[in-house]
Amino acid sequence: MTHPTQAFIDSSAKHLQRRHRKAKCFQLFCAGVTWLGAALLLVLLYQVSVEGFRWLDWQFISSFPSRFPYKAGIKSALVGTLWLISLIAFISIPVGVATALYLEEFSKKSRLNRLIELNIANLAGVPSIVYGIIGLAVFVRAMDLQRSLVSGALTMSLLILPVIIIASREAIKTVPMSTRHAAFALGATRWQTAWAHVLPASFPGILTGVILALSRAIGETAPLIMIGGLTYVAFLPEGPMDAFTALPIQIYNWVSRPQQEFHQLAAAGIIVLLLVLLMMNALAIVIRHKTEKKLK
Amino acid sequence: MNALEAVMSSPLQTTIATEDSILDIDDVSIFYSGKAAVNNVSFGISKNKITAMIGPSGCGKSTLLRSLNRMNDFIPDLTISGNITYCGQNLYGKAVDAVEVRRRIGMVFQKPNPFPKSIYKNIAWGPIINGFKGPSDELVERSLRQAALWDEVKDRLHESALGLSGGQQQRLCIARALAMEPDILLMDEPCSALDPISTAHIEELLLELKANYTIVIVTHNMQQASRLSDYTAFMELGDLIEFGETNQIFTRPAQHRTEEYVTGRFG
Repeated sequence: MTHPTQAFIDSSAKHLQRRHRKAKCFQLFCAGVTWLGAALLLVLLYQVSVEGFRWLDWQFISSFPSRFPYKAGIKSALVGTLWLISLIAFISIPVGVATALYLEEFSKKSRLNRLIELNIANLAGVPSIVYGIIGLAVFVRAMDLQRSLVSGALTMSLLILPVIIIASREAIKTVPMSTRHAAFALGATRWQTAWAHVLPASFPGILTGVILALSRAIGETAPLIMIGGLTYVAFLPEGPMDAFTALPIQIYNWVSRPQQEFHQLAAAGIIVLLLVLLMMNALAIVIRHKTEKKLK
Repeated sequence: MNALEAVMSSPLQTTIATEDSILDIDDVSIFYSGKAAVNNVSFGISKNKITAMIGPSGCGKSTLLRSLNRMNDFIPDLTISGNITYCGQNLYGKAVDAVEVRRRIGMVFQKPNPFPKSIYKNIAWGPIINGFKGPSDELVERSLRQAALWDEVKDRLHESALGLSGGQQQRLCIARALAMEPDILLMDEPCSALDPISTAHIEELLLELKANYTIVIVTHNMQQASRLSDYTAFMELGDLIEFGETNQIFTRPAQHRTEEYVTGRFG
């Protein structure tokens, strides 16, 4: 048979139509699922804004908590969160990135290293309350750091380190082997290669992982309650050894009160928390964009 | 007279090359996780000459080339036996620092691999990390001129090297290697990703560089090997089949396999 028969042409045209229909259906399904997620998020945001927006003013930002809703504010919680996030970043970024760099660039594929790698992946899935218990036992009690910002930051760093390490390793893996070989062939040591070429090239990816991890840390409540972040703080922490509260703790505290006004205050607190998160993400995008442009 | 003729026609062509040999490959075998990729290969690399390594894919020529500046150190489960002697020292000796070896024996790779940085930084980085304190500007210009790239890039030294064409990128990689002023330049199929015009540029360049550098080049291109090189090593399945002056290898090969390969009957 040298030419397809007319029947075959007809049936294949029909078949083609059916295939196109299937593709279209699947595309619609995927789009629907995507929009469903976005819509739910929008509804939540709307609800929160409606409830909390009218409480959101300078008085709310600049006041300490109070048992009278009209006087209550989130000053100590906001400052506590900013302290906490700075300390967490200060601790977890160097440790996380250095670990990733070691595992990808320096370590030999020994059994011990494989064990470490496996455990890091496992740790990423451990519930946050467990980290709270570890923090309470190790940092608060054993190391006697008290219920301080440092204890909180160390606990949170443990929590997000696996995420930072895994994301950084993935970013480091995307740097082509040929770049490393080029550096080695010029008589560079492993460290010179890693510092001058691997880190800068993987920086955008590492930054994304770090921001995701820090965002998670900002929103975490359970470990902080566990190690004893206070719920009522009428002063600002002045150093890393001071007691503290943080936005999620404050929000949790307000939500658990019976009065309607406090629920609305919680909504206002959520808006502030989201704004802090958004600002961090925006900053990351700006830095990322700048470094990526430099690499091209 | 008879004795001389006997030497000239002897199958041990290595004796010709080893007279002013700068790098001696002596009974070298290389194994990937116990499987041999190179078997008992011996020949010498002559100073200020171009030595070509030819042979079908998978014959071990690239593996052997990479062992000449210890770039194979990064491959896990690779073992090497025999001696590679450079300046009277075994490259794989205990006292030898691989970083120092790579500083003196440069390499240009199959695919151009400039750093994702400016043209200037691509050249200047190698010398700087190795303790070069002199004026970088001169060094960058000299290296780019040597690689016949200066005129094309002198107005955009601080733009990204990734904006260059493939041929320009490869010449940049050559300039980068030359900036280190290596004793020996190893080239692993440096033209395989390039068009004929860029290839011609680079071949011309290699012939000029010969005056100051010793070059070892792996190539799949028979014409390239015969045009460029002074000596040729023909390898097959990890064995060195024949080594000798390029002219002889291509016109009067001693081995039947060599003749079949260089005349294009297989491979």
